[in-house]
Amino acid sequence: MIYKETGQYKSSYKSDHAIFPLIQDKVLFSTLMLIAFLVVPFFINSYWEKAILVPFLIFSLAAIGLNILTGYCGQVSLGTGGFMAVGAFSTYKIMTSFPDLNIMIIVLISGVITAAVGIVFGLPSLRIKGFYLAVATLAAQFFLVWLFNKVPWFYNYSATGQITVSERLMFGIPVTGATAPPYATYLFCLVLVVLLGFAAKNMIRSKIGRSWMAIRDMDIAAEIIGVPPLKTKLSAFAVSSFFIGVSGALYFAIFLGAIEVTESFDIMTMSFPVLFMIIIGGLGSMLGSFLGAGFIVTLPIGLKFIMVDLIGLSAVTAKHFEISIWGLLMIVFLIVEPHGLARLWSITKEKLRRWPFPY
Amino acid sequence: MSLQDLQNIPYGKKILELKNISLAFGGVKALTDVSFEVNKGEVFAIIGPNGAGKSSMLNVINGFYKPTSGLINFAGTDRKGMEPEFAAKSGIARTFQNIALFKGMSTLDNLMTGRLLKQKQNFLMQALYFGPAGKEEEIHREKVERVIDFLDLQSIRRTPVGSLPYGLQKRVELGRALAMEPEILLLDEPMAGMNVEEKQDMSRFVLTVNNEFKTTIVLIEHDMGVVMDISDRIVVLDYGKKIGSGFPQEIRNNKAVIDAYLGVSDD
Ligand SMILES: Nc1ncnc2c1ncn2[C@@H]1O[C@H](COP(=O)(O)OP(=O)(O)OP(=O)(O)O)[C@@H](O)[C@H]1O
Ligand SMILES: [Mg+2]
Repeated sequence: MIYKETGQYKSSYKSDHAIFPLIQDKVLFSTLMLIAFLVVPFFINSYWEKAILVPFLIFSLAAIGLNILTGYCGQVSLGTGGFMAVGAFSTYKIMTSFPDLNIMIIVLISGVITAAVGIVFGLPSLRIKGFYLAVATLAAQFFLVWLFNKVPWFYNYSATGQITVSERLMFGIPVTGATAPPYATYLFCLVLVVLLGFAAKNMIRSKIGRSWMAIRDMDIAAEIIGVPPLKTKLSAFAVSSFFIGVSGALYFAIFLGAIEVTESFDIMTMSFPVLFMIIIGGLGSMLGSFLGAGFIVTLPIGLKFIMVDLIGLSAVTAKHFEISIWGLLMIVFLIVEPHGLARLWSITKEKLRRWPFPY
Repeated sequence: MSLQDLQNIPYGKKILELKNISLAFGGVKALTDVSFEVNKGEVFAIIGPNGAGKSSMLNVINGFYKPTSGLINFAGTDRKGMEPEFAAKSGIARTFQNIALFKGMSTLDNLMTGRLLKQKQNFLMQALYFGPAGKEEEIHREKVERVIDFLDLQSIRRTPVGSLPYGLQKRVELGRALAMEPEILLLDEPMAGMNVEEKQDMSRFVLTVNNEFKTTIVLIEHDMGVVMDISDRIVVLDYGKKIGSGFPQEIRNNKAVIDAYLGVSDD
């Protein structure tokens, strides 16, 4: 009975509606936060930064974004890569046009621009649903990547078509560019993820979140209790795209530093992996967005370790295996546990609550 | 027209009038020239055999269908048709014949959706969730908890409604409509598929809502015992046409109605 709620009486609706109603969850979360903010920065090296922590944080944001749209509002999207590209190119354009603007502000503005683009590409969602909407977002994906490739203005007419980040400081410490220390890039992403994560959770437990879920579960009934379908769907596209845009901005400015659009934001390299994250993590779950991002970021590392370092396969063979394992996992999760890793966690908690009694 | 106008109508006076409503789907005539009025504060029943057009009538009233011809006089204003959002905003709530709940959401969240129209904070305030936004959530939670107490839903507050048994789902759906604090409540076969006890509970809830909150109720129901017991007035439809209307006693003795629907007069 490690996880027990007995004795934890809620005397107000406010405490009952808290993000972490159980004291155990609160303690666990606070501990994680303390470690993340006060311990990790002292030990982080560039391997942990580049291979695990920073991509985990950035993909968590993308996963939250897609989960808002798909998991909470029920609108399938394959355009994640395209929207991340909007965030990345917005950051690049703003960065080069306003050299004095703070990088945090640039990243947030990029999110707002992506939100606006998301609204435009969300318009068809009033008319089409499910598979057809997925195809429409796929069109958005191809169009956006094509646009950033074809119009030289977006990459400031550079010969290679690449965009490259320049150094930007926060509190006198570089957070972008080659000289940025690992702890700085990590903390920069962490602050954004924590703030935006809370913002997302708050929206989900408020009016706007319930409107999204109402549309997802039954749009006809939603309309009859006064939820305007178009406005609600577009708000999901906007908020979702904001998160994805910020994540794209970070992916470019903090993580890679230099990108080429077709390579980085392709449907295979970006849209699908983020979709896998929310399916494996859990559709319609905040925790799931994090678990999914963590899983997909660490899976290749774990597999490589097992197959190349332990078994001694060649790196190429290992890569092939990795793709098959992905496919297998997708099928398993879709069939066996559609609510993803987040559900497994809540089942574990349920078990812990009853422990040591079997029932 | 505002909710205020609706509230200002005295009890027993006309709140809603259907004037020569016809509704056709291609060749199918769901309603033909149907007229009746509903008075404020009464329990008004629509009865008739399967396919008579009863559900279509409710859909016309809350704007889900637009009548092919005819007018709807709502709180003193003639309209060609309603809009769902306008109807909801003007205090019309409803339940469906085939339960239309949000299956992935908990009972509590389903009921909270009934408060959506009354929540005014914008999404940025909701994202920050402090001050007015948090306060607003609490106020509406309190209202919803009253409905939960009234309908005895405490034990399933956190249960996703998709996993509830049918009878309870019907009750949650009533709860969602009540959470809207409606002036007019449209109930499409609220007791269909229920056992006797569940029907009794449901009848009691409907009557209490009517008595205590003075909510006007328009009800479709097949169980004649229930209808005769709880309604103040009744309109009878058959093949989309109105074939009778009046107090329960009159309906019971109306020859045309008996022939068409009650089916007890075999002579
Ligand atoms: N959306 C629609 N499209 C086409 N026809 C419809 C539609 N809705 C209703 N109808 C038709 O209108 C007629 C009346 O249907 P309605 O559902 O209003 O009947 P009802 O009185 O509620 O019947 P029941 O007691 O079976 O619920 C039926 O013939 C039905 O097939
Ligand atoms: Mg019907």
